[in-house]
Amino acid sequence: MGSVTFDLEQTPVREINHFIHKDADIGDKIAITNAGGAHSIACGCDKELEIIIDGHAGYYAGGMNKDAEITISGSAGTGVGENMMSGKIHVKGFASNGAGASAHGGLLVINGDAGLRCGISLKGGDIVVGGSVGSFSGFMAQAGRMVICGNAADALGDSLYEAIIYLRGEVKSLGADAQFEPMTDDDYAVVAELLSQAGEDFKKFDPKEFKRIASSKSLYHWNSDANQEY
Amino acid sequence: MCGIVGLLLKKPELYDRLGEFMVPMLVGMTERGPDSAGLAVFSSSVGNFDKKISLYSGLTSEGASFNWQGLEGAINQHLGIPAKVHAVNNHAILYISGNPEPVKHWIAENYPKLYVLSTGEKIDLYKDIGLPASIADRYDFKNIKGSHLVGHTRMATESAVTPERAHPFTAGEDFCLVHNGSLSNPNYIRRMLEPRGIKFETDNDTEAACRFIEWRLSEGDDLKQALQACFDELDGFYTFLMGTADSLALVRDPFACKPAMVAETDDYVAIASEFRSLAHLPDIKNANVFEPAPEEMYVWAA
Repeated sequence: MGSVTFDLEQTPVREINHFIHKDADIGDKIAITNAGGAHSIACGCDKELEIIIDGHAGYYAGGMNKDAEITISGSAGTGVGENMMSGKIHVKGFASNGAGASAHGGLLVINGDAGLRCGISLKGGDIVVGGSVGSFSGFMAQAGRMVICGNAADALGDSLYEAIIYLRGEVKSLGADAQFEPMTDDDYAVVAELLSQAGEDFKKFDPKEFKRIASSKSLYHWNSDANQEY
Repeated sequence: MCGIVGLLLKKPELYDRLGEFMVPMLVGMTERGPDSAGLAVFSSSVGNFDKKISLYSGLTSEGASFNWQGLEGAINQHLGIPAKVHAVNNHAILYISGNPEPVKHWIAENYPKLYVLSTGEKIDLYKDIGLPASIADRYDFKNIKGSHLVGHTRMATESAVTPERAHPFTAGEDFCLVHNGSLSNPNYIRRMLEPRGIKFETDNDTEAACRFIEWRLSEGDDLKQALQACFDELDGFYTFLMGTADSLALVRDPFACKPAMVAETDDYVAIASEFRSLAHLPDIKNANVFEPAPEEMYVWAA
């Protein structure tokens, strides 16, 4: 288990990602400094690594992550953790649009706000957001859980499938087919577990404060009696 | 795609370094916009004159060897007003006394291929086709001075790659706009404005937005009212960054499809499509970095 540091002002992303894919061993600790908004940092990790990115990451940081634990000290651009399979990505700052889009597994933690379309088409991953999420978050999310500690903008959970959203704050508007449902003991346990996994910064939140949003499943089947005029 | 950059300096002692801070921002957006680039700089430099007009000779047969001194002499002689030309390459700033409209009319009649880029007391405007770095060299952007600026790197989608269709666009005086995105109803805007006597120079969608906002301002709207009218009337994707004599303003469409990042310190407000164009700025590690929200108006006073 080695430890290596790359400076993005000296080494291009492609070389660092090549090292991660080809040369790094399971358990290695990799520090990447001066992120400088570069795109695709630590994309396609496929083993248990500890990766610490210092600074603001550009687009698709940690995309397709499998098994690695990635921490970003600053903010993350569009599509952080997009299509993550497993592992954990922790953004200490805020995240831009499409955070955790279509993640199949793993945990994405964002301490700050997330932009629009957070968790769009979520396929089984978990997302915990310390701040608020933008419009169209959880759009067509198929599986997985989203825990939102702040507020949500318009059309939260539009056309949801089986993913569940837990919201602590207020929602500006729910999307089509999304509805509030009573919290069960299992729901409180899920929120408590995800908040605990999200780390120290999330201890201040009480699972009792969260509300459950899920699909009313009225769009699951074609309704030939509905008004078909567009 | 397209990249936008904006920079507003809060301390007059930094005004001399505006270009030095800005060039890496503009060049940093090359991947987002490699076909054209442009810049509008706001500075108080008219001196004893009343107005300045930015001119582009790249469309004339002489190009960069255009006889700028001849133009200066001809304006003095034929219009009988004091005028001075400061030229770099195929670009010149023409300083004049009095009303700029007769001067522009005279230029259009006598030098029809000479392109008027901007008019005002504070604005200088540059735009051309080519890589941002080569345009920055061509016009010596690193030595540009002023209080604030708006820049753009273009990847054309809605109209051809020509200097006139590069951004920033201007309308009226001391107003300019750059755009990342694409509008779906620019022709509706044109049909609304043309009967009011507002003339268009290109078929570009951004020009429609620019003339729409300037029209609202000329009708008495303040900047915020004009931007609200944008939300009501413009359809499509946009991050707009605008410059006026004393401010920068930023808006994003309700879907926030096009990016923007802001970094603010005690010394500056810097705006770019992506953080990688802000990463080199002084004290960036301690800057307040945030992503502007959709359908919000951000206005920073110079």
